[in-house]
Amino acid sequence: MVGHGPGPALENANPLVFRRSGERPVTAREEDDDLPDAIDDREIFDLIRSINDPEHPLTLEELNVVEQVRVKVNDAESTVAVEFTPTIPHCSMATLIGLSIKVKLIRSLPERFKVDVHITPGTHISEHAVNKQLADKERVAAALENSHLLEVVNQCLSARS
Amino acid sequence: MRGARRGGAMAALRALVHDFVSGLQDGPAPEVAAGLRAGSWTALDVVEALGSSLEHPEPRTRARGLQLLGQVLLRCHGALRHAEVTHLVLFFEARLKDHHLVIPAVLHGLHALSLSEALAPGLAVSVLKAIFQEVHVQSLLQLDRHTVYTIITNFMRTREEELKSLGTDFTFGFIQVMDGEKDPRNLLVAFQIVRDLVLKGYALGPFVEELFEVTSCYFPIDFTPPPNDPHGIQREDLIVSLRAVLASTPQFAEFLLPLLIEKMDSELQSAKLDAVQTLSACCAIYGPKELQEFLPSLWASLRREVFQTASEKLEAECLGTLTALAACLSHAVLHADTHDPLDTFLSGVLQDCRHHLCEPDMKLVWPSAKLLQAAASASLRAYHHIAGSVLPLLLEQYNQHPQSSQRRTILEMLLGFLELLQKWGHEEGDETVLLGVRAPLCSVVFSALTDPSVQLQIVGVRALTVLGALPGLLVASDLDLAVDHLTRLVLHEEDPQSSMAAMEAAGTLAPAHPGAFTDHMVRALAQELQTEREDEGTRHQRCLQALAAVSTHPSIVRETVPVLLQHLRHLQRGSEPGDTGKTASLCRSLHRVAVQSQHDPESCSFYHQAVVPCLLGLALQAALQEDALLAPGKALLEEEALTSMVPVISAASTHLSPELAVQSAALIVPLFLDGDVSFLPQNSFPCSFQPFQDGPCLAAQRRLVTLLMAFICSLPRNVPVPQQDRLLRELLALSCACDCPFAATAAAKCFAGLVNKHPEGPQLDEVLQLALNRLEPGLAEGPRRTQALGLLLWVTKALVLRYHPLSSRLTDKVLALLGDAELGPAAAEGLGLLLGDAPDVLHRGCHADVRLMYRQRFFTDNVPRLVQGFHAAHSDVKANYLKGLSHVLNHLPKPVLVTELPTLLPLLLEALSCLDRGVQLSTLRCLQPLLLEAPRALSPHGDTLVTKFLSLTDSPAMAVRIAALRCIHALTSLPAPGLLPYKARVIRALAKPLDDKKRLVRKEAVVARGDWFLLGSPGR
Repeated sequence: MVGHGPGPALENANPLVFRRSGERPVTAREEDDDLPDAIDDREIFDLIRSINDPEHPLTLEELNVVEQVRVKVNDAESTVAVEFTPTIPHCSMATLIGLSIKVKLIRSLPERFKVDVHITPGTHISEHAVNKQLADKERVAAALENSHLLEVVNQCLSARS
Repeated sequence: MRGARRGGAMAALRALVHDFVSGLQDGPAPEVAAGLRAGSWTALDVVEALGSSLEHPEPRTRARGLQLLGQVLLRCHGALRHAEVTHLVLFFEARLKDHHLVIPAVLHGLHALSLSEALAPGLAVSVLKAIFQEVHVQSLLQLDRHTVYTIITNFMRTREEELKSLGTDFTFGFIQVMDGEKDPRNLLVAFQIVRDLVLKGYALGPFVEELFEVTSCYFPIDFTPPPNDPHGIQREDLIVSLRAVLASTPQFAEFLLPLLIEKMDSELQSAKLDAVQTLSACCAIYGPKELQEFLPSLWASLRREVFQTASEKLEAECLGTLTALAACLSHAVLHADTHDPLDTFLSGVLQDCRHHLCEPDMKLVWPSAKLLQAAASASLRAYHHIAGSVLPLLLEQYNQHPQSSQRRTILEMLLGFLELLQKWGHEEGDETVLLGVRAPLCSVVFSALTDPSVQLQIVGVRALTVLGALPGLLVASDLDLAVDHLTRLVLHEEDPQSSMAAMEAAGTLAPAHPGAFTDHMVRALAQELQTEREDEGTRHQRCLQALAAVSTHPSIVRETVPVLLQHLRHLQRGSEPGDTGKTASLCRSLHRVAVQSQHDPESCSFYHQAVVPCLLGLALQAALQEDALLAPGKALLEEEALTSMVPVISAASTHLSPELAVQSAALIVPLFLDGDVSFLPQNSFPCSFQPFQDGPCLAAQRRLVTLLMAFICSLPRNVPVPQQDRLLRELLALSCACDCPFAATAAAKCFAGLVNKHPEGPQLDEVLQLALNRLEPGLAEGPRRTQALGLLLWVTKALVLRYHPLSSRLTDKVLALLGDAELGPAAAEGLGLLLGDAPDVLHRGCHADVRLMYRQRFFTDNVPRLVQGFHAAHSDVKANYLKGLSHVLNHLPKPVLVTELPTLLPLLLEALSCLDRGVQLSTLRCLQPLLLEAPRALSPHGDTLVTKFLSLTDSPAMAVRIAALRCIHALTSLPAPGLLPYKARVIRALAKPLDDKKRLVRKEAVVARGDWFLLGSPGR
């Protein structure tokens, strides 16, 4: 499913680094036992912003691969749509990054959600192919059966030491 | 007669010796030693008695005989005389030539003798020579090798001069002894010996390289302690110990530096890290001479690690080492005819990094900036060299990049260089580098402050803070402009982060430029407070915060405090019920000012005299109106408002000068005892102030006792409290008799605060007796048992803190009440109160008598009884004991808890099933850190823990669900094999909390579930 694993040569060795947004401040409403909090864009963004890039010791947020404005959630209809932007248009890691986002969301969201992860239109040369792979449930499941791939995805999802 | 006694003693000795040598019993050795110490026989007698066994043809018997002698000597080496020692040493030395089975016993004997102070000069050298010559140390067992190292260490400690007379023979001998050593325990000792050889100036002669080889072959340390290692030697111990050897002398430099470069270039992260850290340690003792030849390679390696950083830790170490290198070069003594090694080095650094700063795509800017900053922070000279070249470049770059995000990056780098300048302090650091770029720097900073991007604004504010703190850098017009910018951000910037940053910057800069801040900022804020608008809520809030933040200089405090008090009066006039939030936030600002002015005597006394009478006056005014609880101004009497005044008064009183404290106490105590209002600013009240009198309409007045507490309990211990005895009696009476819980608690706390500081003696005993007399009937029965319990708890706390003998009796009463059907739950909460920190009284900040370790002491004294009480208690009240226990455990330092865990764990597990939410919560909060810190102890209980934690994720209380999920997350730190059987179940069960209605719960569920997914998976 992925072109090649992280080889010795980095494709984009020195990307521009963006600042991490801080922890979401806790509001009084959130601390009230009785009031329900809907799942919102920021909550979804917080799930994926700390995913590690497969190549760099940086997060997807720091690389601007994911942005809060490109996250759309509808709690009532149980849908989530995330657009991500590869750092360079020919990035071979795009599928892997998309897969990491998808796995993270599947692990972190209630089962009722339909999760759609795709590339920001016009930012990658093989945008459609990647999107198609990410949308195919069976291919995603098969990819996670591959222990090498699972290892790389898990590394992306591990907390940074 | 004497001969007969001696004959008897010798017979006894021979019997003991026989039992040891032939009977193979170990018991006689201490007896022989005791006889020797008591003078029943001498050391030579023992040798004589051993006689035949020492010459026995079987080496094992000879060894056994020597073993006895060695054990006896180890116990009695202090009692030996010169001649005896000499004989014994020569005797043992001769035995070194004996059979190899005998050697360990001989070494032990020599070890015992090496401890003797009666060792004649020359013997130490002779022992060592004999060992070096006769013994092949590395073929001995670990313990015996250790004995050899210990003998050497003993002699090095006591016979340094003699050993040095051996010259290089000693060094060479030792090299042969340790060559090939493999045991970590022995290596720790051996490394220490090598370090002493170097540092204490033993002759190394031609053996420098050998000595280096024999130790450096262990570098980098690759050692993992075996599981269940009883010796507790960690990899880190060996690393530190070896590093101390390698970095002990510049003589090793020519061998060490190539080795370090080789390891820095290796693939192994740990080896890189160790090499970099060792290099850093070496820089402390090396000079430019040692480094010179290797600088290009060292720089290349460090640069590569920072440019291709794989771990933040390694990057930080590399940067630190670069600083150390440059600092080392900065210390060089310059000669007229040689070039400065620092300049050469820094020019290289600049050449490799500078161009990255101006590449249009801004790749590698951060690593380059970090390297440059690390080099520049080595010394002022290095700073000038680097900053002189980089600052103008960065300023130019800022103006070339129009985008906010890029400008922010550039400004952050500039900020890094500005911050470095603070490192040298103002006397030493001249700002000449900055003076040249002052104007462009200011214009860059001001442009950042007006940028629409909040992030850029914040960096601009930080840069301004640093610039303003450097004396003489900002000219008056810049300064006024800066203050105006800050004021604008405080008042008009929508983003709270940015306005908060501006407030803090104002607070930092104000002491250096008080005039500018009072003229511009304080005025503007005061004006804004007076205008009324629709959105005045948040505006006023900001003004109050900013007024507090900027009050960092006495002259500003004089301006801001009246503004704040004026606003408080204004609030009180217009206040309606429910307006307490505004009062509380104003009090928070006042409190901040108090804390900031505490350490300036002038501000402190001004503040106290302005604020305390004003607050008391306003509170009295509210309380003394007819129908005080309904009239306007009532908001001030609400618990929240009064409680928020407590820290203000307390902070205004803790650091008072003794004179002012006495003076103030002489006014405030009579105010409460006799209603003497004469010192208050507005003192015409409709009726008299009698908080301690009985009467239904005095309920409002009694609440003000909390303000008395805030003042009187915050005074330093050496300030006498006027009419203390009377005051204590009144407080005691009020605390037991008052129906209002707020007032009763305030009185009890005030009483406890005074009792805690009361000097020992009959007076204190009398007061405590009075309290007991009140407490006992009060607790027994009647309508006010709760008040009595409150008093009991506060008095107990006061006494537990100061280790007063009566405290155990009072603690007993509290523990006994756990079994009480009515008061039990409150008593259990009370244990939390006893061990927690109270915010307003009985803490060190208000000069209370708090002993170190009182919590540990309480724990050891009382936990066994709590456990006992739990088992004996009726099932209805068992929960109280669990709750009490979990409170005690929650306040205990974790290391203590970990050691006590095995005995308490069954109870904690039981507490998880307790229906009381408080117990559940505190037990979970207690277990969570334990899971992280003592996973081994908890590992066997995986099954129970998983089941109970999972069931608690369904709790109706959000806090319990969160705590349970945190525990489930913490479970993943237990050894993975034990958890894998539960993985599927936990992941399934955690799907539900992912859809919890509360966001904070979902957040914890996501973290926990994510890590359970990773458990046992590749790539974790």
